[in-house]
Amino acid sequence: MSGAYDAVVIGAGHNGLVAAAYLARAGRSVLVVERRDVIGGATATEEFHPGFRADVGPHRMHGLHPSVIGELELTTHGLLVRRPDPSIVALLANGSHLALRTGVGATQDEIAKFSHRDAARWPEFVSRMAAFADFLAGLYEQAPPVVPPGSRGEKLQLLKLAARARRQGKDQLPELLRTIPMSAAELLGDWFESDVLQGTLAARAVSGLSQGPMAAGTAFHLLHALAASGERVGMTLVPEGGMGSLAKALARAAEARGAEIRTSQAVDRIAINDGAVEGVVLADGSHIQSATVLSNADPRHTMLELLEPDCLTPDFRHAVRNIRLRGVCARVQLAIGELPVFRGLSADGSRLHGCISISPSVEYLERACDDAKYGCVSEAPYLEAVIPSLRDPSLAPPGRHVMSVFVQYAPYELKDGSWDDRTRATLARNVVETLSEYAPNLATAVEASSVVTPADYESVFGMSGGDPQHGEMTLDQALFMRPVPGWAGYRLPPRGLYLCGAGAHPGGGVTGIPGRNAARAVLQRPHGGDPA
Amino acid sequence: MPDRAARRYDVIVVGGGHNGLVNAAYLARAGRRVLVLERRHVLGGAAVTEEVYPGFQYSVCSYVVSLLRPEIIRDLELASYGLEILPLESTFTPMANGDYLVRWADHDQTRRELYRHSPRDAEAYDLFGRLMYKMAFAVKPILQMVPPDPTSFSPRDLLGLSRLGKHFAGLEREEFAALYKLMTMSAADYLDEWFETEVLKSTMSASGIIGTFLGPRSPGTAYVLLHHYMGEIDGAFRAWGFARGGTGSVSMAIARAAESHGVEIRTEAPVERILAEGGRATGVVLENGDEIRAPVVVSALDPKLTFLKLVDSADLPEDFMSALRRFKIRGSSGKVNLALDGLPDFRSLPGVGPHLRGAMSISPSIDYLERAYDDAKYGEFSRQPYMDIVIPSMIDPAMAPPGKHVMSIFVQYAPYALNGGWNDARREEFGDTVIDTLAEHAPNIRDIILHRQVLTPADMETEFGLTEGNIFHGELSLHQLFFLRPTPAWADYRSPIRGLYQCGSGTHPGGGITGAPGRLAAQAILRDRNR
Amino acid sequence: MLRQTPLHPRTGALCQAQNWRRWAGHVVASSYELQPDREYHAIRSAAALIDVSPLFKYRVVGPGAAHLLDRMVTRDVSRCRVGQVMYTPWCDPAGKVIDDGTVSRLDEDLFRLTSGEPNLRWLHLNADGLDVTIEDESDSVAALSLQGPLSREVLTSAADPGVDDLRFFRLREATIAAVPVTITRTGYTGDLGYEIWVDADRAVEVWDAVMEAGGPYGITPTGLLAMDIARIEAGLLLISVDYVSANQALVPSQLSSPLELGLGWTVKFGKQKFVGREALARESEQGPEWLLRGLDIDWESLERVYAEFGLPPQLPSVAWRTSVPVYSNGKQVGYATSGCWSPLLKKYVAMTHLRAPHAEPGTPLSMEVTAEHHRRRADATVVKTPFFNPERKRA
Repeated sequence: MSGAYDAVVIGAGHNGLVAAAYLARAGRSVLVVERRDVIGGATATEEFHPGFRADVGPHRMHGLHPSVIGELELTTHGLLVRRPDPSIVALLANGSHLALRTGVGATQDEIAKFSHRDAARWPEFVSRMAAFADFLAGLYEQAPPVVPPGSRGEKLQLLKLAARARRQGKDQLPELLRTIPMSAAELLGDWFESDVLQGTLAARAVSGLSQGPMAAGTAFHLLHALAASGERVGMTLVPEGGMGSLAKALARAAEARGAEIRTSQAVDRIAINDGAVEGVVLADGSHIQSATVLSNADPRHTMLELLEPDCLTPDFRHAVRNIRLRGVCARVQLAIGELPVFRGLSADGSRLHGCISISPSVEYLERACDDAKYGCVSEAPYLEAVIPSLRDPSLAPPGRHVMSVFVQYAPYELKDGSWDDRTRATLARNVVETLSEYAPNLATAVEASSVVTPADYESVFGMSGGDPQHGEMTLDQALFMRPVPGWAGYRLPPRGLYLCGAGAHPGGGVTGIPGRNAARAVLQRPHGGDPA
Repeated sequence: MPDRAARRYDVIVVGGGHNGLVNAAYLARAGRRVLVLERRHVLGGAAVTEEVYPGFQYSVCSYVVSLLRPEIIRDLELASYGLEILPLESTFTPMANGDYLVRWADHDQTRRELYRHSPRDAEAYDLFGRLMYKMAFAVKPILQMVPPDPTSFSPRDLLGLSRLGKHFAGLEREEFAALYKLMTMSAADYLDEWFETEVLKSTMSASGIIGTFLGPRSPGTAYVLLHHYMGEIDGAFRAWGFARGGTGSVSMAIARAAESHGVEIRTEAPVERILAEGGRATGVVLENGDEIRAPVVVSALDPKLTFLKLVDSADLPEDFMSALRRFKIRGSSGKVNLALDGLPDFRSLPGVGPHLRGAMSISPSIDYLERAYDDAKYGEFSRQPYMDIVIPSMIDPAMAPPGKHVMSIFVQYAPYALNGGWNDARREEFGDTVIDTLAEHAPNIRDIILHRQVLTPADMETEFGLTEGNIFHGELSLHQLFFLRPTPAWADYRSPIRGLYQCGSGTHPGGGITGAPGRLAAQAILRDRNR
Repeated sequence: MLRQTPLHPRTGALCQAQNWRRWAGHVVASSYELQPDREYHAIRSAAALIDVSPLFKYRVVGPGAAHLLDRMVTRDVSRCRVGQVMYTPWCDPAGKVIDDGTVSRLDEDLFRLTSGEPNLRWLHLNADGLDVTIEDESDSVAALSLQGPLSREVLTSAADPGVDDLRFFRLREATIAAVPVTITRTGYTGDLGYEIWVDADRAVEVWDAVMEAGGPYGITPTGLLAMDIARIEAGLLLISVDYVSANQALVPSQLSSPLELGLGWTVKFGKQKFVGREALARESEQGPEWLLRGLDIDWESLERVYAEFGLPPQLPSVAWRTSVPVYSNGKQVGYATSGCWSPLLKKYVAMTHLRAPHAEPGTPLSMEVTAEHHRRRADATVVKTPFFNPERKRA
């Protein structure tokens, strides 16, 4: 028996660390237990080949929410966020490329190379999307409204929301309501004519989803990405030193306030007695007492693996089983001997500090998704590559580089076979071949490669279904539906159990908001013997 | 209205489709003098019966009556004008492996049949049915109201909004979540939560894709699953049926009812332009140059045709025009009508049986439907299309000479924007694809065809005036429903031109032979005029 | 074509009345003889053989079998010994009854659950996470119900071993005509009786043997009409008649908890976990809002009602199952869901849902009676069920 804590956080992913930091900041004694020997969950920077390190999970921050950065004083704990310019360079087979820049005017100039009409519409699009995202962001600051409302408070919250919606005005409100259920293809088709502009924006809309840009609701996902990050459309935020440095800063922020973090400690189950949390039981059999447990694991793992079946009703377990967790993203890390030289781009890499995107059109993405629908890896996948060693040479041996490539669609469940050495090698080869069409020197520059598949996200990082979003970010799994209807307020049925990961509102992406909101839920509504 | 005695018409309805006729009938019933103008030589729009091949009555375009509002049948006394809806009792779905699934009219029989495929699904089907019944009851008030404008501060809109809010707040939490899921999920995902039998899921999800440019895995298709249960809450024994004498007899019955209330109906009277002066509708000009004046003009045509072709764009505000241009109206279906010398003999369920009296659905798996959609996404008609087949002469023998039959095949997907465009050769190729696909399940079909009529979306546009061949006057996707149909701020059947109204399927609650838009539009018109 | 039971080769030939009823997708005899009266009296005075094969039957096997059932039903299955049978309802998480039936413990890890409606899906949902397999044996197992004071003699003569020492709600493996069967001392009549569970393929052999053994004891093939009267006398609930399953209810007011149905004795709060426990515990604290009770309709009052039209009381000869309003001082306080003239008790009785304040036995109420096209009310008294409870049932 270990000592007792006010709260135990299961999993040191970024949301778990955020939650721990907030609780510690409020004076609670907090223990974070992490199964792996490193913290950060999927936000980790790890060595994949001797001398070469890269992010294993996302390489973009999706923007850690500004309030999290401020409230936890992450900057003083070593977090440095960069906004590379261009943020995205979308390559085309003919050697031309579309660059999205940090400045609206600069981006207009780039778009004008493809369409003057689109360039002219760009500023309005950016501001329109920002306004919609603002509206959503307002919903992300707290637990989602309860619908239909029960208590007076819930009714009030909903009425406030309705009032805020109506304040959007005659033009904006119907547009917002119209946009949310649309497909990204329809939304972007309404605005733009350039294939590559549509494709590159649509790529952001489907990133992490098992759906293609022609699927309804993908416009919502585009807004979600903006709302969660507080960023403008098309922008990219990257933490200095890779995503691992974000986890380090969060850990420092938590520890500075007294939180304890233990790695290599797997939780076997959450101990429940008479409907209330008593603590956690570790894989080695030891108990840690706490009346409050926050799980940064995904909802399926939390509720079906960490809880005894009797703790939940059959209907509830059925609802949890129905959470769609469909990992479709893989990552290919390349150790390269020299910088790739992309046709049409200068060889010095000056335009490569952001993301390099293969997203020539909406149709390209849709076809990539078609393959995945039937259990195949995309023949021509959507790729987004970064070369973090350009900025941080320590990630690779001198003179050499790492290139980390996000690949979509690579489905968790393969129709023919499973994720084994052969399928992984095929994926790596496919990625290198695809990129070599744009940067002919790449094929020979690759010294080693490493592949992280959806199966790895599950086995290594514990993400059910290999889904880093802990539940696909579709409309039916967002807001008051997340993780399951009726339980969107971070609390789970056993008293004292909370969900603090991406499976909770507002969902996936490196935002820290689920962790922050979950901690606030713990602090606002203490129960189950929380010490005074 | 001082000049009322002087003029001949209070209202001109443009388009003699079923919604136009319903609208006219309700207005005339309220004492208005109404003229209906129809371009074609027959009434009914897409709801027509025509003897294209001697002795055989084809329900050329629309072929089943699903949701014709019972209150319209009652109010307009359609039964006494010849309307009789015969039940469509079952859905038969042949499978690729030689097996089949039939959902029968009888609960026990359906349960046994489902049990054969999956005992758990047999039970889930009942629970699902109960939930859908409750959901249908929950959405019914929405289908029966003029959509309020969520941004408006007018008392009527606020009242509508508060009624809506109260209605939803009154739902149980579980019901609300189920409804929300239905609105936002794909049919495939939604059914996955309930069932394990592939063919059950595919044949059910097929109802979610009819008339849409979406596949069963596209979010937004789950909602239409409700339609099958809509009839039940209105006391209808079965939701789906044929009109005796073909779909055209629905239109004919409404037309006769309208005439009995004094409506004047002119066929072969194509309207060239809707006239407006000072932002107010004044009448119409026919293609032959005749000008007919009336203070109210109601268009039963689709919104694009109405506002982009018949109205002078100078009379319309730019935001309305741009919203209309963005209105998605891609046609995705075709129609094949056959005159048959005998009956199809299905490989999986041979012989003449009760399964031929119901719908025959070529929807063997979700992947099959999804692949059919994939073809269409990229501008091709499905190489293996989804087909919804009925043989009206099995139930209504008068549709064909004795011993012969008519077969109606609804085919999806056939995109309006076909790569290279539609022409006679592509039409025949499309028809061949349909027959080839059907022959895989019923090999004798080729030997019994006496006549074949093939309608592509392009044909539907030229023949019936449906823009882009869309049978619902605009896609039924979430962002084009309720107060967004056809455009924000103008979802209440009115338009920026005073006195010009819309009453077609492009308005709430949308397509199908429901008559609901026509009726609701009439209510809106009467309310305005009575003020 | 509606399905026939495995016993149809016999029952079909015997059914002189051609009076059939649909039961769970099967055709089953309502009555064999032209009048069901003799069949009823066979239940109460001799031995009645009833085909109850359409019951749903599930075989639950595995190390987690007891756990699954214990989690699902309200009774404490851990206390059900091998060879024992328990009657129990089961509930949804809100504590509303889904169905009721019997749990037979055939072996340590082997149970049979019977129910009135299909429950396979619910079993599977409850089995999530447990090491247990569930087999639907509704079609593969036939069921014969042998009921009546002489049924023990009949079965002891037909079965090996006999049932002389088989106690109430116990079971035994035996053979009848060399066919292996399970015999449970259970039934749906409130009388001495047994149910015989047998492979569908060999059910006819067992029927024949039981009929032959029963000859000297006046064994009578009996249909559902007679059984319906017997079960009302015994105060036994019928799903979809006396209560609406939580699976089928359309509005909350249609739901019933086991406490409301008078099945409080089956709800074992001593168990840590079972579906609906929290809700039932709350309800138990506050007391149920409704109670299912017996209603004894006063004969003199019925005579007065009918006398107004110059008639003696006109009562249906079979049990009815429509909803009938029940009043207290002119205000509706409940509804009767099924009722009958008890040929044995010479009473007109009904199963009745009453608001709790009006459910105390002895409370005077009135029930609506439609006499000669006119609505009237007859006096009635709340009574506890069963209306008839012979000692021989348990002896």
